[in-house]
Amino acid sequence: MIRFENVHKSFGKHEVLKGIDAEVDKGQVMCLIGASGSGKSTMLRCVNGLEDYQSGRISIDGETVDAHSSSIHAIRTRVAMVFQRFNLFPHMTALQNVMEGPIHVLGENRDEVRARAEEHLRRVGLAEKMDFYPTALSGGQQQRVAIARALAMRPDAILLDEPTSALDPEMVGEVLSVLRDLAQERMTMLIVTHEIQFAREVADGVIFLDQGRIAEHGSAEAVLSKPTHPRTQDFLRRVTHPV
Amino acid sequence: MSPLFERIQEYLPLLVTGLWQTVAVTLLSLVLASALGLVWALMRSSGTRWLSLPARYIVEFLRGIPILVVLFYIYFVMPELGLDLTAFQAGVVGLALTYSCYIGETFRGGIEAVDRGQVEAAKSIGMRHGKMMRRIVLPQAFRIALPPYGNNMVMLLKDSSQVSVISVAELTMQGKMLASSTFDNMTVFTMVAALYLCLTIPLNILMRRVELKMGAAT
Ligand SMILES: Nc1ncnc2c1ncn2[C@@H]1O[C@H](COP(=O)(O)OP(=O)(O)OP(=O)(O)O)[C@@H](O)[C@H]1O
Ligand SMILES: [Mg+2]
Repeated sequence: MIRFENVHKSFGKHEVLKGIDAEVDKGQVMCLIGASGSGKSTMLRCVNGLEDYQSGRISIDGETVDAHSSSIHAIRTRVAMVFQRFNLFPHMTALQNVMEGPIHVLGENRDEVRARAEEHLRRVGLAEKMDFYPTALSGGQQQRVAIARALAMRPDAILLDEPTSALDPEMVGEVLSVLRDLAQERMTMLIVTHEIQFAREVADGVIFLDQGRIAEHGSAEAVLSKPTHPRTQDFLRRVTHPV
Repeated sequence: MSPLFERIQEYLPLLVTGLWQTVAVTLLSLVLASALGLVWALMRSSGTRWLSLPARYIVEFLRGIPILVVLFYIYFVMPELGLDLTAFQAGVVGLALTYSCYIGETFRGGIEAVDRGQVEAAKSIGMRHGKMMRRIVLPQAFRIALPPYGNNMVMLLKDSSQVSVISVAELTMQGKMLASSTFDNMTVFTMVAALYLCLTIPLNILMRRVELKMGAAT
């Protein structure tokens, strides 16, 4: 459903994506790993047009993603995003954050949206925190609100950029467990993560990105347990046995 | 000369009518300047060159002209071009034009200080630029811009005395006339200064209160 065909992306003279070919199927969880600066965030951000790309093609169910076309707004309502630093709207409560998109972008009925938003917040374990402002919530709680905000759009897929790396260690688990549930329900997800154990458990596929190229691509088992590329081996050694 | 207390009583009514004129000029030009300032700020942060460049040039142009010259121009030159304004109207327009630049820059600063992540979050749920500005960016930008906006307000109140040069009968003008007819400069201008302080000090206190409250709310 999310398809990259020979995608090239540069920031000025600096080429960051050097011909990406990949596909995330419906109901699949794809994990994107790679060293800092390898282009993981950029690859993700091209999917919902937060960045543009120079050549090749990214498509969602066959529809081309073009950051400069007005069709991008509709695409963004179908592909939600969860950020490393949550980016909740600070002037809105948790519930208002979740309701914002469905009401003010999709134009849905307020009462229905509220019921659904409450349900989403309950599911991520925040029934008690609906009327709290983001600053009154822990990082883990904020990220779960952000996931509920993404789900409230009833997206076809969710992009997650290192959803746990801004969290204190004791809060990583609560966010990963929400993501595990989503994976179980066959939510299509493209996740940038350094949580190798988590990737092993939930990922249908893993992409290892190295300096803007896909160095290795395959099942979680193949890439994470029997990596063939020396760069992947080296990277996995470093993230699983930090010095 | 009559005793001080009697003189104060004698001058006060005239100065108070001037005070009300000052309040009227200030409030009207504040509303206009804020609206116009918001327009400049939105144009400049629109991401469209066709909007941001004109706004930048207008602001730079207006900021380069002394307020007195702006006032003279509107009051004395505009009638020759067919736009006849009363001194009061010309004063309000001149102040508003000049202050729209300062206030516009204040708003722009607020808009630019809003975390980039907010814009990305708004975009990522499919929001278009206008709605994103209205619902996500501006509410946060106003909060950030409030302290400097408060300063703009106090400056505007004080600069409203400039419109006395085109004979608007506000506080400074009334003081000047009263002083030249009574030669009692010390009493008159002390009273004028005190009356300005009656406006600026409460305004400062109010701004501090609002800031504290806003700071506590986030
Ligand atoms: N807006 C930008 N302007 C210029 N260069 C950028 C921009 N964003 C990213 N880059 C560069 O593109 C390259 C890839 O960045 P990207 O953020 O995609 O890496 P990443 O794999 O997500 O890294 P990390 O693990 O640190 O998040 C880096 O060299 C980065 O400096
Ligand atoms: Mg990144």
